[in-house]
Amino acid sequence: MSSIGTGYDLSAAQFSPDGRVFQVEYALKAVENSSTAVGIKCKDGIVLAVEKLISSKLHEKDSNQRICNIDSHIGMAVAGLLTDAREVVDIARSEAANYRAQYSAPVPLKYLVERVASYVHAYTLYAAVRPFGASVLLASFVDDKPELYMVDPSGVALGYNGCAIGKARQGAKTEIEKLKLGELTCEEALKEAAKVIYVVHDEVKDKSFQLQMSWVGTNSKGRHQRVPEELVESAEAYAKQSMEESDSDDE
Amino acid sequence: MSFYEKMHGIGNGMVDYQFNCHRPGFMSADYNLNSTSAMEPTKRTTQPSVTGTSVIGCKYLGGVIIAADTLGSYGSMARFREISRVMKVNETTVMAAAGDYADYQHLKGRLERMMISEQVMDDGFELPPQAVHSYLTRLMYQRRSKFNPLWNTLTVAGFKNGAPFLGSIDKIGIAYEAPTVASGFGAYLSQPLLRRAQEEDPQKFTYEKARKTIEKCLQVLYYRDARSYNRYEIAIIDANGVRIEKPKACDTNWEIAKMVKGFE
Repeated sequence: MSSIGTGYDLSAAQFSPDGRVFQVEYALKAVENSSTAVGIKCKDGIVLAVEKLISSKLHEKDSNQRICNIDSHIGMAVAGLLTDAREVVDIARSEAANYRAQYSAPVPLKYLVERVASYVHAYTLYAAVRPFGASVLLASFVDDKPELYMVDPSGVALGYNGCAIGKARQGAKTEIEKLKLGELTCEEALKEAAKVIYVVHDEVKDKSFQLQMSWVGTNSKGRHQRVPEELVESAEAYAKQSMEESDSDDE
Repeated sequence: MSFYEKMHGIGNGMVDYQFNCHRPGFMSADYNLNSTSAMEPTKRTTQPSVTGTSVIGCKYLGGVIIAADTLGSYGSMARFREISRVMKVNETTVMAAAGDYADYQHLKGRLERMMISEQVMDDGFELPPQAVHSYLTRLMYQRRSKFNPLWNTLTVAGFKNGAPFLGSIDKIGIAYEAPTVASGFGAYLSQPLLRRAQEEDPQKFTYEKARKTIEKCLQVLYYRDARSYNRYEIAIIDANGVRIEKPKACDTNWEIAKMVKGFE
């Protein structure tokens, strides 16, 4: 880990001799330090779930939301440096509002993703600024089509059927790959997403966490909103139960 | 030339501000508010183009009703017969506009964008009708102070914390709340009817009574206002939220037309 980018990692305006921009890679590492967020695309919508680590018992339960509304039909889940993520959220909101003001129509997710990705990319070009240390998941459900994108600190934006960002993203990806995404409904996906978060949560290193979930789909009439309390609770119950079952299987 | 152009020594005249600012009449030539000089087009409202006529509203026990017809007049021509002049602002508030339709559309877009940016905060807070009324008042007054008014008389109606709200705002920023409001011809023809019905027995002024009175007023307006139309929208706001009903027509009786000499 020590002398990885000696000399070539001081600014985002420099390439290394082997063609890497170290600042961007370091930004990606910053995202890996944060807790996991997953997005699952279902038949009738998208489910976003975040493992919100509770660093102090004194914190108010719902403060520091990591899932935000960008417009009424688009949601964003973030991972990484939360203050950097805040800026990305604000930019996305601003772009969505400008599109609406110009065209009197809700912004198509693909267009918004391009704008946000270009913005994030712009910060990887100059020495005067540093890249954003945050990855975001963007979700929408318009005309019965669910769409899920991820934008990472390098400015790359790709569409996904299932995606995970944050520290346990490898484990989460494996879990998501086990699911039959094309056949899941949102309600089933709620349970599966909760299960993924519970499975990848590291009991040893991180203490308690709060599961935050949101969805956009037919159940929410195309609006992005937080999943109702009772559904979150039943998803968590399912997740805890499957953990116990798999624990007892191990024995 | 503008003050800016003179100050910076640019533009057609190239009169240096620093040398000429003390000359008599140096700046006063700019203040030609109503002239349309050959140089520039007029950039302020002078007259409305497509207009909506009266909006009437009244509070009742447990809510508010407002109504407006669906006509956009182009002068005396009944040009657009199916336009909506009533908009839902949020779950507790409705706004309706009389006057210039383009200015209403501008306000509609503005309010919609404002509501989305509030909603996106996701903190459960929604602007109450009083706040919407206050915001629009400030906006209308600011525009009139720049001699560029939004040529509307706005009616804001809502229901928050168990109390109905009904307010009006003029194009010159005159704003007030009242148990009944009416703009345009409605102020002359409908306001007395609404007031009488309400003041008769305010404790018993139920939804049904209010609705009947409003529909009667709409009928009177259709008979007597030459720029009205027999198709109207009614919005009801109560504890259950906002309901803007599909457009309806009044029943009308034209029997007396036969008695009017020279009518056929």
